[in-house]
Amino acid sequence: MASLRDTHIGTAPGKTVLSASDLHRVVDRIAHQILEKTSGATGTVLLGIPTRGVPLARRLAARIHAFEGIDVPVGALDITLYRDDLRLHATRALGKTEIPGDGIDGRRVILVDDVLFSGRTVRAALDALSDVGRPSSVQLAVLVDRGHRELPIRADYVGKNIPTAQSESVRVSLAETDDGVDEVRLSGSEDPR
Amino acid sequence: MIKHLRSAADLDAETATLILDTAGEMAALAGREVKKLPTLRGRTVVNLFYEDSTRTRISFEAAAKRLSADVINFSAKGSSVSKGESLKDTALTLQAMGADAVVIRHPASGAPHRLASWVDGSVINAGDGTHEHPTQALLDAYTMRSRLGRLDGLNVAIVGDVLHSRVARSNVLLLSTLGARVTLVGPPTLIPIDVAAALQPGLKVSYDLDSVLPDADVVMMLRVQTERMQDSYFPSAREYSRRYGLDAPRMRKLPEHAIVMHPGPMNRGMEIAPEVADSSRSTIVEQVANGVSARMAVLYLLLGGKA
Repeated sequence: MASLRDTHIGTAPGKTVLSASDLHRVVDRIAHQILEKTSGATGTVLLGIPTRGVPLARRLAARIHAFEGIDVPVGALDITLYRDDLRLHATRALGKTEIPGDGIDGRRVILVDDVLFSGRTVRAALDALSDVGRPSSVQLAVLVDRGHRELPIRADYVGKNIPTAQSESVRVSLAETDDGVDEVRLSGSEDPR
Repeated sequence: MIKHLRSAADLDAETATLILDTAGEMAALAGREVKKLPTLRGRTVVNLFYEDSTRTRISFEAAAKRLSADVINFSAKGSSVSKGESLKDTALTLQAMGADAVVIRHPASGAPHRLASWVDGSVINAGDGTHEHPTQALLDAYTMRSRLGRLDGLNVAIVGDVLHSRVARSNVLLLSTLGARVTLVGPPTLIPIDVAAALQPGLKVSYDLDSVLPDADVVMMLRVQTERMQDSYFPSAREYSRRYGLDAPRMRKLPEHAIVMHPGPMNRGMEIAPEVADSSRSTIVEQVANGVSARMAVLYLLLGGKA
């Protein structure tokens, strides 16, 4: 038993689809795309969806600052209280919501999340957003789009499209939330391709 | 997560901290233009009040409504209860109506425990007899934590009619769980030593308010229940006020950072002087606002997930 467990230390199951350097390049590219598509990120607010959307939003803001010297307000939008599946699971602890001081009214809000899957998180985020204020427009940036949408939702900025089976799971690790590791892994396939 | 909140003793440190953290997020949402959340849409919360209590009832009502639950207010006066219906029959009626949670205030200690065995939904104790009032303790703990930044190691003096106070009882249990050091202060007639010992082993008791104040981070004044006055627990209101009332000279003995709390409704000039109640140390108005956030947290954590 002990030896079996030992083999798992340091090597999480599944395969790496984005290494640390891949992940950094992807974040850089999304930051460039945001600058390009929003004509220099004017009137823009980045809102990360907890847990991992928040550090991603901060990284995007830091990269935008490094590239163009622009400070984009960053915040967090917790969507737990807006989920449509609360009754299907044990009660969830809430994440932090932090809206930048100047609010979101009349601004372009870019929602940031790690994985886009069913689209239900984004649906909940849109509901949450409308209770916070009235943005002029809302865009979506995700690190990974793994398909299998259940709602008519798409991302404006995608780090990497990863075709997956429903049964597989995509695990994003970020240094800020996951013991200093930056990577994306795909695991748990019942029929490995 | 626990199903019922009947006693502050139902909460271990982890669960209590989760409720306080959740209350913090709920409080942050209260500053928004749209305060309503869709979380408990379609759930029914019954406020079953056998005693008059405007502030607790409207606090629970506001909390449930902000989470979009349907609220049914059931007060004993002018209802089937005044026609002699028993608690059990009332409970079965509520059960048949599909109540997801029953918030109960009852003059008999232990009524929420009995109710919990008759209904499928969650039972939340909103004050039972001289027993407990756990959500008051939660909002008090939340207020202390947000003012002083922590609970662990805080010196909390609870002053007054401990014998009859459900607020004191729930606070002793919750604060001890969360690592605060509680001292009960009051006349010996209102703090029977065996009561204190039964409540929490090692609980400190003092009959001298002035000696406790210099080390207190929090002073919680309990209401002098005027209905007890004729029971001669103390010689006169004036004497009580002189020995155990918190006035301005006494307040100056407190450390710089210390706060003064009162669960309300307060008797100004009796247990608390007006200049103390209106001072910047006083958290009395904050406690009311925090009450809604704490109750939202309890309702969410009890009702938000899978039943």
